[in-house]
Amino acid sequence: MNVQAWTYLIVTATFALYIGIAWWSRVRTTSGFYVAGRGVPAVANGMATGADWMSAASFISMAGLISFMGYTGTIYLMGWTGGYVLLALLLAPYLRKYGKFTTSEFVGDRYYSDAARLVAAACTIFVSFTYIAGQMRGVGVVFSRFLEVEVHWGVIIGVVIVFFYAVLGGMRGITYTQVAQYCVLIVAFLIPAAAISWKITGNPIPQFGFGGTVQEGQQAGVFLLEALDALHRELRLPEYTAAFVPGKKSMIDVTAIALALMVGTAGLPHVLVRFYTVRSARAARWSALWALVFIGLLYTTAPAVAAFARVNLISTLHNSSYSEVPEWFKSWETTGLISFDDQNGDGIIDMSDGANELTVDQDIMVLANPEIAELPAWVVALVAAGGLAAALSTAAGLLLVIASAISHDIGKSILWKDMSSRRELLLARVTASVAVVVAAYFGISPPGFVAQVVAFAFGLAASSFFPVLVLGIFTRTTTKEGAIAGMSSGILFTGAYIVYFRLIRPDATAEDWLFGISPEGIGSVGMLINFALALIVSRFTKPPPDEVQQLVSEIRLPRERAAESA
Amino acid sequence: MAILLAVWFVCSYVLGIFLVEPLNGTRIGGFPLGFWFAHQGSIYVFIVLILVYAATMDRLDRRYGVD
Repeated sequence: MNVQAWTYLIVTATFALYIGIAWWSRVRTTSGFYVAGRGVPAVANGMATGADWMSAASFISMAGLISFMGYTGTIYLMGWTGGYVLLALLLAPYLRKYGKFTTSEFVGDRYYSDAARLVAAACTIFVSFTYIAGQMRGVGVVFSRFLEVEVHWGVIIGVVIVFFYAVLGGMRGITYTQVAQYCVLIVAFLIPAAAISWKITGNPIPQFGFGGTVQEGQQAGVFLLEALDALHRELRLPEYTAAFVPGKKSMIDVTAIALALMVGTAGLPHVLVRFYTVRSARAARWSALWALVFIGLLYTTAPAVAAFARVNLISTLHNSSYSEVPEWFKSWETTGLISFDDQNGDGIIDMSDGANELTVDQDIMVLANPEIAELPAWVVALVAAGGLAAALSTAAGLLLVIASAISHDIGKSILWKDMSSRRELLLARVTASVAVVVAAYFGISPPGFVAQVVAFAFGLAASSFFPVLVLGIFTRTTTKEGAIAGMSSGILFTGAYIVYFRLIRPDATAEDWLFGISPEGIGSVGMLINFALALIVSRFTKPPPDEVQQLVSEIRLPRERAAESA
Repeated sequence: MAILLAVWFVCSYVLGIFLVEPLNGTRIGGFPLGFWFAHQGSIYVFIVLILVYAATMDRLDRRYGVD
């Protein structure tokens, strides 16, 4: 069987599995629809969180990005995992203890204000839509590359699948399909990673092979990373493992970006809502642990894949003749992901800085890996299924968050307070369906700004949600006025800085940036502004009513008691 | 919890970012140490931190009869 036949077979089989699970776990109550009836075991929720969290970008693009960035790639590795520590220690258990269905609901109750709730719901919808468009695009791209289907048909197939299990099964359907999707995506990521690690270093565990020695060729016996640094020197590029050398990001910028991504992760609504689906605060803590274990499996493998792919790319292609390139080069050349522009007309590929003739798309590092490692066709097909699983699972989680923000936070609590729960469930299903269609439209014809904005969703989440949630849980005296002032100034500052440097002055350099912090990292400054303003304004406004202060004490009860007796 | 957050900060920011250059002078196996913290170590430390936290809170919960 050839690659395409295998891909059809595996993709169809996984889709059938997702639909089967959705049918088995269909729901009839609002609690089932929003939070899966709160009966999800911690381990299953950890897996579902992993799939929810790891998007098409984590699966397809991240290893490639790191491969080009070297040390600086740590902003993604640390930034997208460190947030779980904040989540587990500061947010998840307390939000679970408070209960209810959405994070906006907590914000509205804690700050005794429908306005605060509305602002939170609007931020949720905005952040989620920017994100989901990217996922739908990812689905379309995987379909078009592996199955030779037009991008828009790919998007439509993906939408039908997501529609089926998100609308029918709600959070319960989504949770259990995400568990299945996690399994598909992690297997699809680890098999090629282990194979390429085995091929280059002779150790099948990528995390060890990463620190091992090269097996064959001129550099046999040299440590992989040393060999890679040497290759970079040969190409007159900064060393792979070097940190803040010219040509890479500065220390303050790396710090700011990592912080913005961590805090943003902890404030993303579709991640927070996953912790509402477990039985207790205790289960919320354990499922945060499981989530990070499952995510860490991919995130510790990705940097190793990045290094292997980089060594492999340079050592096979640099200074070799174009007529003798390996077969995978030819097959990926037709997709436009890799191209050779023979500027000096000598037929030899030159990759050195200043004379580079090779253009490589970051996505190829993961997508072409199985072929580079000479793995059988079914592994290539598995990678396609893995990419689809990563994109669909994230899209479904986001859809549900959008649906509950509209039907529960805006519909039930602000517009129609006396709506019955049957009507609410119907409304939730209708909004989910509408959201799917809008997402599909964005996926087929993405508005120009989407790609620009997705990366900044984290900065926006970091500067709006996180401080308000932390202050809401850990201080009794932060007031409604403080929270609204903090949230709106944080998000406005961050948004304005991003718009200014991305759209108005995209050519600005590090000298023009505030403290040398790039727009990607400015969310951390926005977060500090949010904290500071919320605290200052709270000092000068009327303290929150007694029942709210009481509520804060109750949320933190187990700890409070421990502290008193100590 | 303050201790856990301090470890979180030290491992990711201090070892992985601020001190990466001096630490890269030391090699463990094939890894420059600072680079290892940035690309691998910090993630392992994060996992251990949550594990310690979840276990500690379980003990506290049991001691005070919550849950």
